[in-house]
Amino acid sequence: MTQSSTPLLRLDGVTVRFGERAALDAVDLEVVAHETVCVLGPSGSGKSTLLRAVAGLQAVDAGRVLLDGRDQAGVPTHRRGLGLMFQDHQLFPQRDVGGNVAFGLRMRGTRRDEVDRTVAGLLDMVGLPGAQRRAIAALSGGEQQRVALARALAPEPKLLMLDEPLGQLDRGLRERLVVELRQLFGRLGTTVLAVTHDQGEAFALADRVVVMRDGLIAQTGTPLEVWQRPASEFVARFLGFDNVVEATVHGEAADTPWGKVPVQPGAPQGPCRLLVRPAGVRLTGVRDGLPCTVTARTFRGDLVTLLLRPADGPPLEAACSLRDAPEAGTEVGVTFTAQDVVVLSVQPGSSTGN
Amino acid sequence: MAVPTAFFAVFFAYPVAAIVTRGLREGGRWRFGRIGEVLTDPEILRVLWFTAWQAVVSTGLTLLVALPAAYVFARFEFPGKRLLRAVVAVPFVLPTVVVGSAFLALLGRGGMLDDLWGVRLDTTVWAILLAHVFFNFGVVVRSVGGLWSQLDPRQEEAARVLGAGRFEAWRRVTLPALGPAVAAAALMVFLFTFTSFGVIQILGGPKYSTLEVEIYQQTAQFLDLPTAAVLTLVQFAAVATILALHAWTVRRRESTLKLVDAAHTSRRPRGAAQWALLWAVLAVIVLLILVPLGVLVARSLDGPDGYGLTFYRALLSVPETGGTFVVAPIEAVWNSLQYAAVATLIALLVGGLAAAALTRRAGRLVRGFDALLMLPLGTSAVTVGFGFLITLDEPPLDLRSTWLLVPLAQALVGVPFVVRTMLPVLRAVDERLREAAAVLGASPWRAWREVDLPLVRRALLIAAGFAFAVSLGEFGATVFIARPDNPTLPVAVARLLGRAGELNYGQAMALSTVLMLVCAGALLALERLRTDRSGEF
Repeated sequence: MTQSSTPLLRLDGVTVRFGERAALDAVDLEVVAHETVCVLGPSGSGKSTLLRAVAGLQAVDAGRVLLDGRDQAGVPTHRRGLGLMFQDHQLFPQRDVGGNVAFGLRMRGTRRDEVDRTVAGLLDMVGLPGAQRRAIAALSGGEQQRVALARALAPEPKLLMLDEPLGQLDRGLRERLVVELRQLFGRLGTTVLAVTHDQGEAFALADRVVVMRDGLIAQTGTPLEVWQRPASEFVARFLGFDNVVEATVHGEAADTPWGKVPVQPGAPQGPCRLLVRPAGVRLTGVRDGLPCTVTARTFRGDLVTLLLRPADGPPLEAACSLRDAPEAGTEVGVTFTAQDVVVLSVQPGSSTGN
Repeated sequence: MAVPTAFFAVFFAYPVAAIVTRGLREGGRWRFGRIGEVLTDPEILRVLWFTAWQAVVSTGLTLLVALPAAYVFARFEFPGKRLLRAVVAVPFVLPTVVVGSAFLALLGRGGMLDDLWGVRLDTTVWAILLAHVFFNFGVVVRSVGGLWSQLDPRQEEAARVLGAGRFEAWRRVTLPALGPAVAAAALMVFLFTFTSFGVIQILGGPKYSTLEVEIYQQTAQFLDLPTAAVLTLVQFAAVATILALHAWTVRRRESTLKLVDAAHTSRRPRGAAQWALLWAVLAVIVLLILVPLGVLVARSLDGPDGYGLTFYRALLSVPETGGTFVVAPIEAVWNSLQYAAVATLIALLVGGLAAAALTRRAGRLVRGFDALLMLPLGTSAVTVGFGFLITLDEPPLDLRSTWLLVPLAQALVGVPFVVRTMLPVLRAVDERLREAAAVLGASPWRAWREVDLPLVRRALLIAAGFAFAVSLGEFGATVFIARPDNPTLPVAVARLLGRAGELNYGQAMALSTVLMLVCAGALLALERLRTDRSGEF
């Protein structure tokens, strides 16, 4: 956080325990104004608890939550001036769309005509113009999501928090909405703290990604940084990378069960865990590299993921274009490119599977 | 939780305990020997045997008739279904005295069957059993049918696809899911019939007597308090056992089922068999429910000089000859409405607070409290009424001379209904809705007003209606404490029935009709409000 101003939100060693288990374990986090931060992690990693702690819905066992530099201890939820979009929206079923969006404004005693104007404007903005009188039960999932967003934005919260904002929507809608949300937040200058378990969503939405695991922050960085340089085996595997092996780095190469693998200059020396991204696995003639058998092919749009069984070592995943993809059962050779090889820091006690 | 606890301590536990103490203590010493003496008396054993026997048979018959109806209401779509759903619920809130008179008009001396074929059943056990089925039919149809309609038919379809026959699929998939609800409903019916009073009092004649009737007779006629006390304890133990079983089955039901919207599970009947079933159920409803009520109305209009309003007009005047009435019977209507209104307010306050307390907390203690709230439903109302008389007559609780005594006793039976109706709805209010309101800037009080209240308002009205109807019909306790110059409707009906003469009989029928219309009116008004997330009855 290079900005000199106070961060809008700062968590200072925040700890939340449920019995023995720490849902949040001394978490430090900062969000500056106009930034979109996405907390990414598997279920049970403590990301929803993080939002609840910031909102004041969950008591904090240790540490401080600061908004605009002010400690929020003892400030009840309804005075924190935040927006929170719940996972399943939690729209008020007995109110219509307009009543839901207007709720936050009414709580602040905003004048009636101003409420009506703001509600109309917000519904226009989220693509539901004139929907004020519609019943909540009559809305589709995507429409509910838009209403929930409009409701959260209406009181102009200083920080908007989103809990799995697109979790329940189907894939096509999700991809479209992610783009819309990003544009909207950019235009409004909203500060956003979102949590999700979907890496695609996080990378598409966020300026900065925070990966969480077991109540701890595993990595923080821009989407590109996290994608290119996962900090640990856990992060790598969570992002869907399975080519992780035991290795020892000597100079610009590492000894692995797959043989010698080139690493980038300046890589830390000695024993480590090593990630080879599928894009860095190149197919060659059988005699030119590590001999492997293609055991399965999975179509991922233009790319095909190949599952390879090498003569030695664990199975390998490779990505190649649809045109070049060999049939299952083909014998191929494999080489590795250094720029897609990442030396991972070894985490004590980290599990190898997930 | 403090208010409901205090209410039950003062107006339930204290009077009942006082009665039992008075019965079993003599010269400052406990006389537990009395228990043994009473329980070996062959006459008492006969009463106990009959009480249990008729309750079992009544429950069995009710299930036999009502389960097919529950199926029809759950799975078939047919015109008039909503109205019929309301109709089957009417008997349950009818005062037992009205039910008794209706069956008397149908099966009794000079009743419809007597007129037509010379058949009289009024002193036979059949009259009692029929009246019990009439009374509880709606309980089973609505509670079991309500759940049945929310079971996903696709589960049965899944079983069919896996190779189960139609009946096999029902037996293996639907029945286990329905089992706890059927058990819970059966236990409720058993409880109501086990403690039956008004129906037996009117239809049983001298031959048949249940525990509750026996308690009444021992207390009011023979003034044999020790025997009454022992019988009260026996009934108490039986009811507590039934309620414990009931709580257990209800809990099992809550924990295991995945429910769907009832609107998507019913369709029009297909094929001759399904139409036949539908018509059979409709026929049962007509014969069992509409005919007795219709006969009651017909009898009330069938005066000495042909059909007319003779009996209704007689209700308006003070009878010259009678010693039982110092006011016109019609006054009882106004009395009843006032009492029931006050009782409803008390029941809503106490029951609402209890339900709120039960929603907020969890654990063994709360579950015990939950079951405890149901106890007044099954405890001898006669004991409660008499207990009121002997305990609430001295400072600081000198209430005997106030009119408040009657509504207090009536509220006692209203509270369980309020709790049962409110609890599922309060529990269903998602905590996160309140959180959503808080994040949007609503204080806890504001969140309750904006979120909880609108969702609960319907349930509150429904609970009020139930409490009003049962208060209006309460008989066992009221008969003790209502003052002669201020009788309630059921008390007035019973008094009229207890006296000879065609005019009295006709007036009883007329007054019962009035009572029925008031209760049914309240219920039908509520049916419009009733959500599908119905109570746990």
